[in-house]
Parts: sequence; C-alpha cells; structure tokens
Amino acid sequence: MAAGFKTVEPLEYYRRFLKENCRPDGRELGEFRTTTVNIGSISTADGSALVKLGNTTVICGVKAEFAAPPTDAPDKGYVVPNVDLPPLCSSKFRSGPPGEEAQVASQFIADVIENSQIIQKEDLCISPGKLPEVTINEETALAEVNLKKKNYLNIRTHPVATSFAVFDDTLLIVDPTGEEEHLATGTLTIVMDEEGKLCCLHKPGGSGLTGAKLQDCMSRAVTRHKEVKKLMDEVIKSMKPK
Amino acid sequence: MEVGMHTDSKSRAETGAESGPRGPGCSLRHFACEQNLLSRPDGSASFMQGDTSVLVGVYGPAEVKVSKEIFNKATLEVILRPKIGLPGVAEKSREQLIRNTCEAVVLGALHPRTSITVVLQVISDAGSLLACCLNAACMALVDAGVPMRALFCGVTCALDADGTLVLDPTAKQEKEARAVLTFALDSVERKLLMSTTKGLYSDAELQQCLAAAQTASQHVFRFYRESLQRRYSKS
Repeated sequence: MAAGFKTVEPLEYYRRFLKENCRPDGRELGEFRTTTVNIGSISTADGSALVKLGNTTVICGVKAEFAAPPTDAPDKGYVVPNVDLPPLCSSKFRSGPPGEEAQVASQFIADVIENSQIIQKEDLCISPGKLPEVTINEETALAEVNLKKKNYLNIRTHPVATSFAVFDDTLLIVDPTGEEEHLATGTLTIVMDEEGKLCCLHKPGGSGLTGAKLQDCMSRAVTRHKEVKKLMDEVIKSMKPK
Repeated sequence: MEVGMHTDSKSRAETGAESGPRGPGCSLRHFACEQNLLSRPDGSASFMQGDTSVLVGVYGPAEVKVSKEIFNKATLEVILRPKIGLPGVAEKSREQLIRNTCEAVVLGALHPRTSITVVLQVISDAGSLLACCLNAACMALVDAGVPMRALFCGVTCALDADGTLVLDPTAKQEKEARAVLTFALDSVERKLLMSTTKGLYSDAELQQCLAAAQTASQHVFRFYRESLQRRYSKS
C-alpha cells in the first residue's frame, strides 16, 4: 500500500518522513551514507580510485602523458578532466555524445581542480619544451566526493565535497539520494579544503537560502571534511609503497 | 507586445547612480537597459554593465516537443552563445546555472506542457559576464510577460590578494583577483538563489561578499523598477 502511495504521490510520501525528521532509508536529516574508498583497482592507469557513497559509485582513472605545453603558458602542464555518465549507471542517460549533465560535471571538476590548486601546473613541467598532460576519466553514477592519490604527484590540498538538498524552501538535508534530488526544490554543493577555505560553492538555482542556513551548511561541511580526510589517510597508509 | 507603443518601440533607461570613481567598496559600474528591441521574440532586452553587454530574446510560452514536455509545468530552455567560437562545455555549465535560476522564479505551473526559451548572446565581455547575463535574462522575461514570483539579479564580487572586496569587477580585476564569486539574489527577501565561485576564500569572506551583494542588489532592483516605470509611463 505504501508502494502505491509512493508511486502516485512521491512528494507527499516523502514529506511524511520529513515531518518525523527522518528519511525513507532510515537516515537522519544530517546523516551521510556509508563511504567506501578503494585505490589502485585499475592496473593500466597510473593511478585510480573507486569511491562508494551508499549506492552511488564512481571510479576515476588518472593517466599522465607527454604533451606540448600551451603557447600562452610554456612552463605549465594541464589537467583534462572528463566525466562520463554512461547508460550503465542510470536509466536517465542515453548512449551517444555526452549529455548536459556530463558536460556540466566535467566543467565542475575542472573548476574544482583549478580553484583548489590541488596540483600546481608548474609541477607537471618537465622542461619548457615538452610537458605531460593528465587525463581523468570517470565512469558510472554521480557522486559528489573527489579523491586524489599521492603518486609522485605533489598533492597540496585535499578538497572534500559535501552536497545538500533544499526541500520546500525551508528544510535542508545532507547527502541526498537520486530520488531525493529529484523531489528537492534546490541543491547545494560545498567543496572545502583542510584549512576551512572554500574551493567551490556551487548552488545552481533552486529555492533561496538565507545567510544563516549557509553558515549551517559550512559547519557541516567542515565536520564532513574531517571524516573523509581520516578515511583517505587510512587508505593512503595502507597503500603498499612502490 | 508592441501594441500601444506608438513612439519608439525601444525603451531605454540608464542609471547615473554610483558612476563615480570606483574605490574599494560597494560601487557598481554604469548600468543601461533597453527592452523590446527585437521583433521576432516575445520579449527581448539588452543589458549593459560598464562595457559588458548581453542581448537576450525570450520565446514563450510556446509549443514544446513531446519528448521534452513536463505535464504540470513549463519547460525552460536556455541557450547561451559566446561572442566568438562555438558554444562549449563552459557555456553548457552557465546555461544550467541560468536555467535553474529562472526555474526557481518563473511560475511554470501556470503554463503546463509549454516551453519558454531564453536565448542569450554575448555582445561584449569586460568582466562580470554571468551577472550581466542574469540581469538581461530577468529584464527579457519581464518584457515577454512571463509570470514570475519574484525578480532576480546577478552580482559579482572579486576578492583580491589582500582581501579587499570589489563589486562588479572589470575583466582585469577578475584576472588579478584571488577569488571571484557570482550570486543571484531574488527581489522579495534577497535570498541566495544561485552561487558559483572561482578561487579559494574563507567562510567569513563568503559572508562578507554575500552581505555586500545583498546591498548592491538593492541598487539593481531599484534600477529595474525605474526603467520599467519610465517605459510604461510613456504610453
């Protein structure tokens, strides 16, 4: 009977849960899903990582290649992120050229990498003649957590992303699932690094937020950063030294 | 649309406000807005902030392709054409931001199974481009008579290396800045509708920029009101 109600009135069904301050999957409004991190799964790539946030899974491969530098910056390398959202990950996507969501996600990753200065492009320079280019390929479903592994690459900061959804202009929930994002009236993603500096505050439209609510989101992003950083440190420690 | 406007079909409004020397603080560049310039679209507007200029045309509510129709509200489409070159991934990202901002204010439920298309053309880019696009889109939606629950405006802030805030930065100021933040605010309660940022900044700086943007948005909304009053008082 509940399944029928959910199909016919998904928003009302969801509101019933929100009134009791919980969500259909049993989480609190401020609770994150279980996060799993795995590295080195792709042997042909120079570096790879697999991150699972509940059922959302993203795999990322990094490859370094030699390339000539761009003429306007002869002592810098460049990073080319590419997000691929294939039909494998969700029925929303069709095969063919990258849809809007994939393009927007690629641009977002490019911006975060540039803003957080996670790697200095000068570090990628071998000599002002030839430079390596690093391409990142991401597959399967959407996730909002970024992961970079140290592998002879000087990683300066560890930005961590936290996503929120706004409901009915008032209620804020953390780490929305796909269904929740669809029913939400707005979404927000905050990417923060370890010193509490923000790399990105991405709020693509949706219902308005006051300054106080934003402050609340920041504090949650800070706690989330600590949790994820701990997880990342454990994973890196367990990595066999090459 | 043009019915009832015997005099020039264009209506121009300019602001002389805040056009003094731009010191560090809350001063915006000179604004200018023209509405109803294009004959084909249902609404059009050209917005100029200093040397940055964007031309927008709005078509709608109009017929929508069955694959794109939404049963209970209007489908909003945004197309942003850069000044030179073909639209790329960066344009797609901006289109999504503008579209989601418009969707939050447009009363799509009044026109189900229709489409509202917003086409933006960048005429010149001298800094604060996204904010100018948002302002132009709002004016064009008003010109087209699309029902909205609030107006919105775009404000850009730049933070330079020593933390000084500059509102409505020029292209040079944006390049030298440590961080550039663009906000879209609504007219009813000055809530934050959209935000996109570039560069590193702290939490306190964000709140400072947001407060400055909210104050600056008052000037923009006052300018909207004056320009519309001037336009409709002629007839």
